[in-house]
Amino acid sequence: MLVEWPPFGFLLAGAVLALVLPGRAAAIVSIVAPVLGFVHVAVLTEGTEWTIRLLGLELVPGRVDRLSLLFGYLFHLAAFLGAVYSWHVRDRVQQVAALGYAASAVGVVFAGDMLSLFVAWELMAVTSVFLIWARRTRASIGAGLRYVLLQGLSGLVLLAGVLMRNAETGTLAVGPIGIEDGEVFAWLILAGVGIKAAFPGAHVWLTDGYPNATPTGAVWLSAFTTKVAVYVLARCYPGTELLVVVGAVMAAFPIFYAVIENDLRRVLGYSMINQIGFMVVGVGIGTELAVNGAVAHAFNDVLFKGLLFMSMGAVLHVTGRTGGASLGGLARKMPFTAACCVVGAASISAFPLFSGFVSKSMVMAAALEEHHEVVWLVLLFASAGVFHHAGIKIPYFAFFAPARVSTDHVREAPWNMRWAMGLAAFLCITFGVRPGYLYALLPFPTAFTAYDATHVLAQTQLLCFSALAFAWLRWTGLYPAEVPSTNLDVDWLWRVPGLRGWRLAGTSVERVAGKIRGGSRNALGAILRGLTRSHGPHGVLARTWPTASVMVWVAVLLSGYLLLYFARI
Amino acid sequence: MTRASKTARSRTRRRIPVPIWVFLVACVVLLGLDAVIHRHVVHPFEGMFGFYPLYGFAACVLLVLAATQMRRVVGRREDYYDAG
Repeated sequence: MLVEWPPFGFLLAGAVLALVLPGRAAAIVSIVAPVLGFVHVAVLTEGTEWTIRLLGLELVPGRVDRLSLLFGYLFHLAAFLGAVYSWHVRDRVQQVAALGYAASAVGVVFAGDMLSLFVAWELMAVTSVFLIWARRTRASIGAGLRYVLLQGLSGLVLLAGVLMRNAETGTLAVGPIGIEDGEVFAWLILAGVGIKAAFPGAHVWLTDGYPNATPTGAVWLSAFTTKVAVYVLARCYPGTELLVVVGAVMAAFPIFYAVIENDLRRVLGYSMINQIGFMVVGVGIGTELAVNGAVAHAFNDVLFKGLLFMSMGAVLHVTGRTGGASLGGLARKMPFTAACCVVGAASISAFPLFSGFVSKSMVMAAALEEHHEVVWLVLLFASAGVFHHAGIKIPYFAFFAPARVSTDHVREAPWNMRWAMGLAAFLCITFGVRPGYLYALLPFPTAFTAYDATHVLAQTQLLCFSALAFAWLRWTGLYPAEVPSTNLDVDWLWRVPGLRGWRLAGTSVERVAGKIRGGSRNALGAILRGLTRSHGPHGVLARTWPTASVMVWVAVLLSGYLLLYFARI
Repeated sequence: MTRASKTARSRTRRRIPVPIWVFLVACVVLLGLDAVIHRHVVHPFEGMFGFYPLYGFAACVLLVLAATQMRRVVGRREDYYDAG
């Protein structure tokens, strides 16, 4: 009976219930739905399928295999943590949007055909944007609009690719596509997925949207959208060489922005792109070790990035600020949040015994094994960089640096936030110490050992000397000060020159239209005036002619006729 | 910038706190371990003495210096987009 219900059923039912139930009951539903959904996923067996016929098409809204099961567990876990973290929220918009968003994400990873995948893909976009708009500030409304426009574009491009693929190959199956044969549909689908995966250039929806979301909304957002994109890449484009390069760029460029960014949640956004870079490289390499590493890193990233967003959300909830320039000194007032933030920071930095270490080592080892030396060096640089900004900068400027603003009124985060953070921190350490639990879920069998002297020493050396660099730069004053600022990114192109061009085009069209309107009005007026002159009440042709004058004209005509007649003779 | 570097210079004259000393010693020990522990090397770079520590240090210093320069190019007022 339970199995007859598709995997996203419980979360979707939870979203519907949250729509109608009173506040406290909706919060309870938010917690119960992911738990039931998790149990449901646990009893599913590989190979199970749900099919429906619609308009002559065989659709598969649910299909279970190892890869989808792993993401199924992960998303229910993330939804549970998010629900505990959001327990105090009594905003129906957020409660419904969050559960609907989680249900759509689960829908994507279990979708067995591209059309079902597309529907869930679009539902993710329209539900998640409410987590940004729910902040209800002018900035969040603008950011939400820009976010949903890019997400919508992603869906549109994906749909075009899916339909073209169906027309050319007659298949809607979710499976390897690849761009090696150069088909247009393969590129379109890749572009659609790439926008959601925050590929360079399309990444701004993330760094613009997430920092403008509500404190709890950002935690939900960080878990699903980009990981769903990584899932589709792992499913459809494993071993695509281009992805190795794209991933390396993604791992490297955001860390420069992260160093100079003041809003600590935006720093997390940039570091998220950096982490997805590792996953994209893994998918691009495409060996069993690499894909395992990519998927394992996605799993760990949901936990540690969620934890970091939770700790910054707690800071925002308590202080109302997330700017590095207006924080500091919170460790005394919020010791538990600070400790959890440090665990998240250690995990994202891939310290041994924390969750990021094993999965990141897998991707790096795979890059070396497949002789991607330059990419390996870039990833090593990115590893040092991510420790620098996410591992040190975020905890330091929020909790340990001298306080810039009085912290007298600050208290520890609410109990539900602490529970969610504590649980996420516990999981980060558990999967770090016992990677076997995660290995058991990975799509391919793995015999990778991260805990040998070589890996542990190398990573510890890299991180400690990165920290040394931070300390030295702070000491010498070379480290850039935290200043509130806007750093221009790709979105500048459409937010400034694009907008100006749009306005200019608008006014030009208006001007030309005005001229055409004016000109035609003048021409029409002239015609009307002419007609009035001849046909109007006083016009020549409207006059009443006396009979005598007609007789004169007839006489003239006849005389003319006679003259012509005589002339001819 | 000049003000920041002045205060930083005056800071160097202060005593270095104990945790920083511990950290510095740990760094030296980690560097020293390179000579003691045998690695399974895949890439020749890895076999070089002090490759990972030096790479980590240099990467971070270059990263910060480059980002500081980048701020001159991309940095704007906080309300840049609102004003436009």
